Amino acid sequence: MKVLVAVKRVIDYNVKVRVKPDNSDVDLANVKMALNPFCEIAVEEAVRLKESGAASEVVVVSIGPKACQEQIRTALALGADRGIQIETEELPESLSVAKLLAKVVEAEQPGLVILGKQSIDADNNQTGQMLGALLNRPQGTFASEVKIDGDSVNVTREVDGGLQTLNLKLPAIVTTDLRLNEPRYAKLPDIMKAKRKPLDVKTPADLGVDLKNHTRLLKVSAPAERQAGIRVASVDELIDKLKNEAKVL
Amino acid sequence: MSDYKHPHQDAEFVLNELVGFDDLCAANGFDDINFELASAILTEAGKLGSEVLAPLNVIGDNQGVKLTEQGVEETAGFKEAYQQFAEGGWSSLIADEEYEGQGLPNVLCTAVNEIWQSANMAFALCPLLTQGAVEAIAHHGSEELKQTYLPKMVSGEWTGTMNLTEPDAGTDLAAIKTRAIPNGDHYLITGQKIFITWGDHQMTDNTIHLVLARLPDAPAGVKGISLFVVPKFLLDAEGNPGVRNDVKCVSVEHKLGIHASPTCVMSYGDKEGAIGYLVGEANKGLAYMFTMMNCARQGVGLQGVAIAERSYQQALDYAKERLQGTNKDGSRFAIIKFPDVRRMLMQMKSATEAMRALAFVGAAEVDRAGRAQDEADQRRHQARLELLTPIVKGWITELSQEITYLGTQVNGGMGFIEETGSAQHYRDARILTIYEGTTGIQALDLVGRKTLLNKGEALAELLAEIEETVVALSKHEGFAEQGAALREALEAGNTARSWLLENAAKDPAAAGAVSVHFMMLFGYLCGGWLMGQSALRAQTLLDAGEGDPEYLKAKLVTAQFFSEHLLPRTKASLETIQKGSASIMALSEDQF
Repeated sequence: MKVLVAVKRVIDYNVKVRVKPDNSDVDLANVKMALNPFCEIAVEEAVRLKESGAASEVVVVSIGPKACQEQIRTALALGADRGIQIETEELPESLSVAKLLAKVVEAEQPGLVILGKQSIDADNNQTGQMLGALLNRPQGTFASEVKIDGDSVNVTREVDGGLQTLNLKLPAIVTTDLRLNEPRYAKLPDIMKAKRKPLDVKTPADLGVDLKNHTRLLKVSAPAERQAGIRVASVDELIDKLKNEAKVL
Repeated sequence: MSDYKHPHQDAEFVLNELVGFDDLCAANGFDDINFELASAILTEAGKLGSEVLAPLNVIGDNQGVKLTEQGVEETAGFKEAYQQFAEGGWSSLIADEEYEGQGLPNVLCTAVNEIWQSANMAFALCPLLTQGAVEAIAHHGSEELKQTYLPKMVSGEWTGTMNLTEPDAGTDLAAIKTRAIPNGDHYLITGQKIFITWGDHQMTDNTIHLVLARLPDAPAGVKGISLFVVPKFLLDAEGNPGVRNDVKCVSVEHKLGIHASPTCVMSYGDKEGAIGYLVGEANKGLAYMFTMMNCARQGVGLQGVAIAERSYQQALDYAKERLQGTNKDGSRFAIIKFPDVRRMLMQMKSATEAMRALAFVGAAEVDRAGRAQDEADQRRHQARLELLTPIVKGWITELSQEITYLGTQVNGGMGFIEETGSAQHYRDARILTIYEGTTGIQALDLVGRKTLLNKGEALAELLAEIEETVVALSKHEGFAEQGAALREALEAGNTARSWLLENAAKDPAAAGAVSVHFMMLFGYLCGGWLMGQSALRAQTLLDAGEGDPEYLKAKLVTAQFFSEHLLPRTKASLETIQKGSASIMALSEDQF
């Protein structure tokens, strides 16, 4: 079985995010970028499936400018077999991403597609679901356990009330939650080998997808700085302030 | 306890802008290796360092090691961390591909080692010593020794140690007494070695000791010392660890710092004699050790950079959090707003960056000297490597004392208390000016072998190169003051060099008396030189609209601070040097 993993290049979670002076977007110029943590979990799960014999090949795909090859190489160093970059300078929205991935799935015919449940930059949490709908394939989102069982997969999901286990018929789509696994550290020889693993570059045009944006980014602003607290003299004063100043009571 | 984050931006700036990493790789036959790969390697090493090794640092300090019936027990958690480190292939970074190594440049290995040393110096000593042992066997051992031991040492499956010192033979290795008696295809080793770092532990299946000892017919002194491989467990027919050899750790030292690094007293041959195998030819042991000295000494210099960085990060976090100032409106502010706290932090930051620059530039000379195709090139790089090594070791480790001292000072009373973690860095740093040749030994090496022996030629070449940076700075409007300051420091260097050449012949005590001031002068001068270059490169990048402007602008200010606060120390050193040995040598021993 082939496993396809979609990965995204995002701002490193250690970096303090800066907003551009004109509030048009987050400032990403010369900022340290990294593999989206949920995508890293997706890669880890795919590699574990391969190591356990359940999967035969792990293909990793990313959409973005040439720089996103760094994240593909990171995934290759973690154990993926080959990479596909869909080159675009634009920042496609979730639906466009899902459409591009759907085309890759049609070409590659993987038994399982694993995606992070969301990226830590946009926090949309919708690409996996859209991909499932476009392909008309079963989806198991927020997975905390993935077990291949013959021609189906059992996905344990983290839901509000606890855990829910679904049986999905393969081919299927899975999105990862934080507790699915703990990604490994890349090994030095594997980082070296990753350089030589195959990486194909395609364009949206090659895939016959016209990138259209249905949403427009109007404004990004930094969260308001927290004001210093004050000490109140009595419970009455506190209630008064909550009622009349904060207006939350 | 303090977190550690690898300062990847500064490491990458030095590799790119000062070392010229891609050019170095291309010119020296490191095919397929480029900055992009180096960056990926540093990123992954940084994760392992900060997430796995760094949290164990304070645990190692608190718990230390224990000597039991079974030998030395390392700090709990170290074995698992070591396995992760070895399985990740990190011990194989520099070794030849022939022995399953990755064959990466020494300068990249140095940049990666900074991570391990910052994250957990006591831990990182173990792979550092193994690397030294690997080099000794790789350069001087027979093919059989190499095939038998190297692959498993390179993979990190086995660790290595260096056994030089004895109770009566420290700096003066001529006094070594450990004996080696020929016995068929091997030798029987008897004697005691002290200060053996990671001499015993339970992290791996075997430990390979490299031991200096004397053959029965060996000439007296340094020319009668041979080098032997002595495995903790003798290998069976399949090459796996079998019977225990007659060597054991009989005591571990209680130390000021690096508590988690076992410093062992090793006893060889308590029973019939420890079985050892000769490395290379008899009586050449000390010469073999000398071939590894540049790397070993630069390795300790790098530890100085690493501990300074760790101490700086801890102090900086504290300074941003500790509220000890009150604004007019009654709200409080963090101590980083106080000018004197900022002075301390800037001193830490600028010194650490200058030290890192020198450590990497020195490490790159190992690659250039080792791989140069042209003979003249090779000679030039070898001379520069040998000149820089005592400065890297001596100046950086001395300055690391001041940096870790300031780290504790920024913490105030909390720095004197162990819980903040600042005190550990201060204590851990203290060994650095002592082992692998004390500061005094480095300084003697610089004035003697590296200066007087070649009539100051190597220094003259360095000074000429520094002058180029002075000229470049002076031409640039924004750097006129820095250029002038570097010129003064350069003149101090020139004067000190001439003074030494002239006075060493007249006064036998002169060279030794001024040596440490001489070394510190050249350390600050090299720091100023590389910070000046950094400023020029940062400005070029800023003008071109490349790179992270926040980082680059901070680099400009950091270089300016170095020039204003640290570079002037060259002048004080010169003044003292010119006073010679008179007041040092005048007292009789009874008058002390």
